[in-house]
Amino acid sequence: MAMSFEWPLQPNVDTRQKQLAAWCSLVLSFCRLHKQSSMTVMEAQESPLFNNVKLQRKLPVESIQIVLEELRKKGNLEWLDKSKSSFLIMWRRPEEWGKLIYQWVSRSGQNNSVFTLYELTNGEDTEDEEFHGLDEATLLRALQALQQEHKAEIITVSDGRGVKFF
Amino acid sequence: MDRFVWTSGLLEINETLVIQQRGVRIYDGEEKIKFDAGTLLLSTHRLIWRDQKNHECCMAILLSQIVFIEEQAAGIGKSAKIVVHLHPAPPNKEPGPFQSSKNSYIKLSFKEHGQIEFYRRLSEEMTQRRWENMPVSQSLQTNRGPQPGRIRAVGIVGIERKLEEKRKETDKNISEAFEDLSKLMIKAKEMVELSKSIANKIKDKQGDITEDETIRFKSYLLSMGIANPVTRETYGSGTQYHMQLAKQLAGILQVPLEERGGIMSLTEVYCLVNRARGMEVSEKGSLTSEEFAKLVGMSVLLAKERLLLAEKMGHLCRDDSVEGLRFYPNLFMTQS
Repeated sequence: MAMSFEWPLQPNVDTRQKQLAAWCSLVLSFCRLHKQSSMTVMEAQESPLFNNVKLQRKLPVESIQIVLEELRKKGNLEWLDKSKSSFLIMWRRPEEWGKLIYQWVSRSGQNNSVFTLYELTNGEDTEDEEFHGLDEATLLRALQALQQEHKAEIITVSDGRGVKFF
Repeated sequence: MDRFVWTSGLLEINETLVIQQRGVRIYDGEEKIKFDAGTLLLSTHRLIWRDQKNHECCMAILLSQIVFIEEQAAGIGKSAKIVVHLHPAPPNKEPGPFQSSKNSYIKLSFKEHGQIEFYRRLSEEMTQRRWENMPVSQSLQTNRGPQPGRIRAVGIVGIERKLEEKRKETDKNISEAFEDLSKLMIKAKEMVELSKSIANKIKDKQGDITEDETIRFKSYLLSMGIANPVTRETYGSGTQYHMQLAKQLAGILQVPLEERGGIMSLTEVYCLVNRARGMEVSEKGSLTSEEFAKLVGMSVLLAKERLLLAEKMGHLCRDDSVEGLRFYPNLFMTQS
């Protein structure tokens, strides 16, 4: 087992901010690339994200938690359980997704239409859209954000959930 | 608290103000009473307390009523206090805030500080007893001390005497200390004269410094604890550090100097050198304190301090591992 070295947080406050931002950006890029919308902390520790096999260095779990907390504060992460062992990771914040979705709805003149969640992310009409293929958990949160702004309403349809846009 | 009498607070003729202090609370013995915020005045004859919120409420105690005073140091959340032990109230005392009290002492709590100075002045007035020499109106004279027929506790007299002795001894110690100081000042003056004369001789190249003067000077230094005065011979032309530094400077400055026709201002040199030293880190990629110390010819401790300072200023960032503490150029800040 390779020895694990420490990558501490920088003591200089400005540098630390930049350091944390760099880590956050790395996490989001990684998850976007690998289309990973959720992870457990244990997975994260062993993933190439925090475990550099070539250098034989790992980010210690305490530092990982600080990075994750920073992502949570920024709105890109949500804990899926109370013990903080697994999390949802959204490379775009729900509000941003919501905006994109609503823009497409308006552009295509489909206000006051109803969609199933599946249609939105997997329908033919959305193939060219960025939110095509978005995972359901993130989609739901995006729609909830729109709901807050009274631009949409999540409803129950025959075989699941859907959404009505205003 | 039954020793206080109501008063207008105006000073009598021959009565002078010594000191006053705001933010004073009075305790009856250990008990808090309603007089919690007032201005305390010390005159040559009395202690006067006036309520800060209600100026009509004003009361006083004659200094002659005071047996002795004590200091109580401030604590956490507690203000410094003066404890004032009092003679019993005479039967014909004027009306005051309390008819009777089970306590024979009061406490003055200095919530806005000022206790030290007040205590000092009060002690002085207690010692000097100026009220005995400066008669004031009859009404103030009624309480001159314990009434005849009352037995005075022996202990109190002893305490008073002790306080007096203590005061005299403190005075004596201070004077003696100042004596030494005067002697030191005289010696210092001699030294200063000698230094001036040597300095002038050097300046005017006026004859040689006599051997006698040199010996006197060295002996002065010795008496001050400087065993081996610094001279050009003993110190030499520079330490290891200076020599190393000189070599490094030569390396850094050669090309820039040539570019500038062989002359540069000192400010320019300073900037160039510091920048170049910073560059040492980025060229090599990283440095530990030991490596840096070796590089610039500095002690490891000093080298570490420099690196830490550079980190504080955002020029370097750290990598703390089992292998040690390494510093890298701070690309976090220089590259977005």
